Amino acid sequence: MVSRLTRGERELAIGILVLLGFLGLAMTAAGGDGPLGIHGLVVIACAVGTTFVVIAGLFATEPGDDRLSRYYDDPSKVGIVLAIVWGVVGMFVGDWVAWLLAYPEMTFDAAWASFGRLRPVHTTGVIFGFGGNALIATSFHVMQRTCRARLPDQISPWFVLLGYNLFCILAVSGYLMGLTQSKEYAEPEWYADIWLVVVWTAYFLLYLRTLARRQEPHIYVANWYYLAFILVVAILHIVNNLAVPVSLGHAKSYSLFAGVQDAMTQWWYGHNAVAFFLTAGFLGMLYYYLPKRAGRPIFSYRLSIVSFWGITFFYIWVGSHHLHYTALPHWVQTLGMTFSVMLLVPSWASAANALLTLNGAWHKVRDDAALRFMMVAAVFYGLSTFEGSFLAIRPVNSLSHYTDWTVGHVHAGALGWVAFITFGSIYAVVPRLWRCREMYSARLVEVHFWLALAGTVIYVFAMWNSGIIQGLMWRTYNESGTLTYSFIDSLVAMHPYYIARAVGGLFFLSGAVVALYNVWKTARLAAGEQTEAAGDTPVAAPAAAGSLQAGE
Amino acid sequence: MEIDHGMLVAFAKSFGLFYLIAFSVAVLVYAFRPSNRSRFERAAHSILDDEAGPWR
Amino acid sequence: MFGFHYRLERNTIGFVLAVIVAASIGGIVEIAPLFTIDETVEEAPDMRVYTPLELAGRNIYIREGCYACHSQMIRALRDEVERYGPYSLAVESQYDHPMLWGSKRTGPDLARVGGKYSDDWHVAHLNDPRDVVPQSVMPAYRWLSRTELDSDDLGLHLKAMRRVGVPYTDAMIVNAENDAYGQAAPGSKRAPGVAERYGEGTNIRAFDGESDRLTEMDALVAYLQILGRLTDAAYERKTEAEE
Ligand code: HEC
Repeated sequence: MVSRLTRGERELAIGILVLLGFLGLAMTAAGGDGPLGIHGLVVIACAVGTTFVVIAGLFATEPGDDRLSRYYDDPSKVGIVLAIVWGVVGMFVGDWVAWLLAYPEMTFDAAWASFGRLRPVHTTGVIFGFGGNALIATSFHVMQRTCRARLPDQISPWFVLLGYNLFCILAVSGYLMGLTQSKEYAEPEWYADIWLVVVWTAYFLLYLRTLARRQEPHIYVANWYYLAFILVVAILHIVNNLAVPVSLGHAKSYSLFAGVQDAMTQWWYGHNAVAFFLTAGFLGMLYYYLPKRAGRPIFSYRLSIVSFWGITFFYIWVGSHHLHYTALPHWVQTLGMTFSVMLLVPSWASAANALLTLNGAWHKVRDDAALRFMMVAAVFYGLSTFEGSFLAIRPVNSLSHYTDWTVGHVHAGALGWVAFITFGSIYAVVPRLWRCREMYSARLVEVHFWLALAGTVIYVFAMWNSGIIQGLMWRTYNESGTLTYSFIDSLVAMHPYYIARAVGGLFFLSGAVVALYNVWKTARLAAGEQTEAAGDTPVAAPAAAGSLQAGE
Repeated sequence: MEIDHGMLVAFAKSFGLFYLIAFSVAVLVYAFRPSNRSRFERAAHSILDDEAGPWR
Repeated sequence: MFGFHYRLERNTIGFVLAVIVAASIGGIVEIAPLFTIDETVEEAPDMRVYTPLELAGRNIYIREGCYACHSQMIRALRDEVERYGPYSLAVESQYDHPMLWGSKRTGPDLARVGGKYSDDWHVAHLNDPRDVVPQSVMPAYRWLSRTELDSDDLGLHLKAMRRVGVPYTDAMIVNAENDAYGQAAPGSKRAPGVAERYGEGTNIRAFDGESDRLTEMDALVAYLQILGRLTDAAYERKTEAEE
């Protein structure tokens, strides 16, 4: 990897890493033996470790100018592997906490192993670690292909990818130490948040710079989704994380907003994290990899544009449906509910667009598990957006809110939609990135598909059952007009479903492990082939390539 | 005119609708304008053949 | 060449602006009125701020992720009001930075758990929930009784809270550490100051049963016992409605 960097780029990398090391040192100095100080050590360790990697390759021969006639895919390769590793870790912790709800003794008297600390490790691990890395890796791949332009330089993609992973590490290790802002999906503390802003700015600029290198005025729609993901997540992240640290030497901070305002800001963030992280970004994947893999253009390009603006516009209003019947003013709840229902239109337009694209390619769906992953993703996208709009209706929400139904809904989306489209895209992109014809084993892709589908179905059905039972038990009255069931009664009724859910999760996790093995084998195999073939594939370098790269 | 709570609420309740209509019209016009048709066609097909390498 | 490039850029920048407009106006329109809500919200003149010990307990509640299983928001629905008490009012969380309304009830709502059980019950329950509720799936938090409360920087915490708008006085900030000790050591020299600064109704007890040591258990139980008791507004609202 380092050998593909020019000498100047290697030196720049070391420079940045030294700065990062000093940043870590400053954190250690300010934080002492508190969590901030420990995180300073983590930052130093990451900086030093990466510096060693760069120094080891510092004097390797430099790449020739012919590199500029090829896309720059090294960061995408690393990003894909990181995504799957985070996926396995995040899903493992998820399944662990699922078992904890059935067998609570498994905390073995260790603070870090208790449910409340592990749960954010799971959510951050899968959403930001797995999803985020997959988004970054595929976005680098897609933006280069759709713009027919190489990444503008070879350092900023690494800064974005590795910097982002540093954020994830700080987040997850912080939770284990008990460090959290308690805002769901925005738990990391202030300094990690600031770091993410820096990384995200670099990401945004990288995207704009690549777009500026394209030849065609029109930008392919997948890029719209990726760009909306980057932009809006930045806005959400900054606003929702506004906080005042106890001091510069403290990891702990107090959020700027309180009470109702804080709740509304949090769920404006929370739901739009679903919208722009877990939907827009992954729709970007869908709009590129699905037509590409099916070998057919998207069914209706116009529809994809209309639904893009529909999603961008509607989603931002709907956060308040998380706060029905609470102290949030009634009219805000109504607004959220109305827009949630309208949101069904652009959502189903996207799902239909994807499925109609497959018309005429169903034989491929039957034979090709990668494409089937994407097809199932589109179906689950349609299902879970329908369910979402339904759950946002106030009376329905009065039953479903606070119960496992919400958890089931989220996982219909997270497993059925997000993870399926991600795995489908990974299986589509890995052979192309490593320049081999197919995955190491098509059989294992098939195995993964069925494990994942079984896991998702078991999980979602278990949670539908438990959620609805729970909701009904909480509001059942007996003839004398008093509540029939105590809270404990409902808790006991959940036990079998909690076990079923954990089993479903185990299926899904095993699928991810299979994927990791398969991708690893593919990469190893491709590396072997390439060293053998390296001698006889000369690439003709266009004469002007070097000067154009420099003049970016 | 003073900006008080009542006014902000009234604005929030009414504005969304008009904003929504104007926005939808703009998007639909853009998506269905005949002069954009060929551009969209080209874009939709462009991804099917993009492995050759960057243009420059 | 320049013209062509310029047009490409204009496309991108235009697109970026369009996304920002489409995606931010909804949020602004929806959230802005909430910041003037004080004009309309219930009055609660009796509302008091968290004592340093309660605030420390609240931070432990956050640290351990209790909010992942417990909500603190009773909705205006008949069954919830009958199960948990009067529905939550906006004013009750006006000093909550951040709010802990929660989103999931794996365990029951805690918005009004203050005063529902004795301190001993809470201590036993937190040490091992299955000792008191055999069917419970709540984790055991034994390390809370073992761990001394980190109290030397509580003043800074109050100061940060003041910066985000909670009316802590200078005296409260200066005495934060003392007050934390005093609240868990009734009869000690430091106890009277707590009542003086935070009101006569403040719970001053050895929450974990030992008054010579200030543990994280003291702080957490002190916090749990004040939940729903910072103001009587919700109860007054209820009696009004019944009349
Ligand atoms: C895994 C989810 C979970 C976590 C995390 C959790 N609890 Fe619980 N909690 C429960 C369940 C289930 C019950 C009901 C059974 C019982 O009373 O133990 C409960 C009950 C309670 C009760 C009694 C409520 C009542 O009205 O009877 C209190 C108080 C409580 N929890 C406090 C806490 C605190 C404080 C924390 C954090 C240190 C915490 N819980 C963390 C699940 C959880």
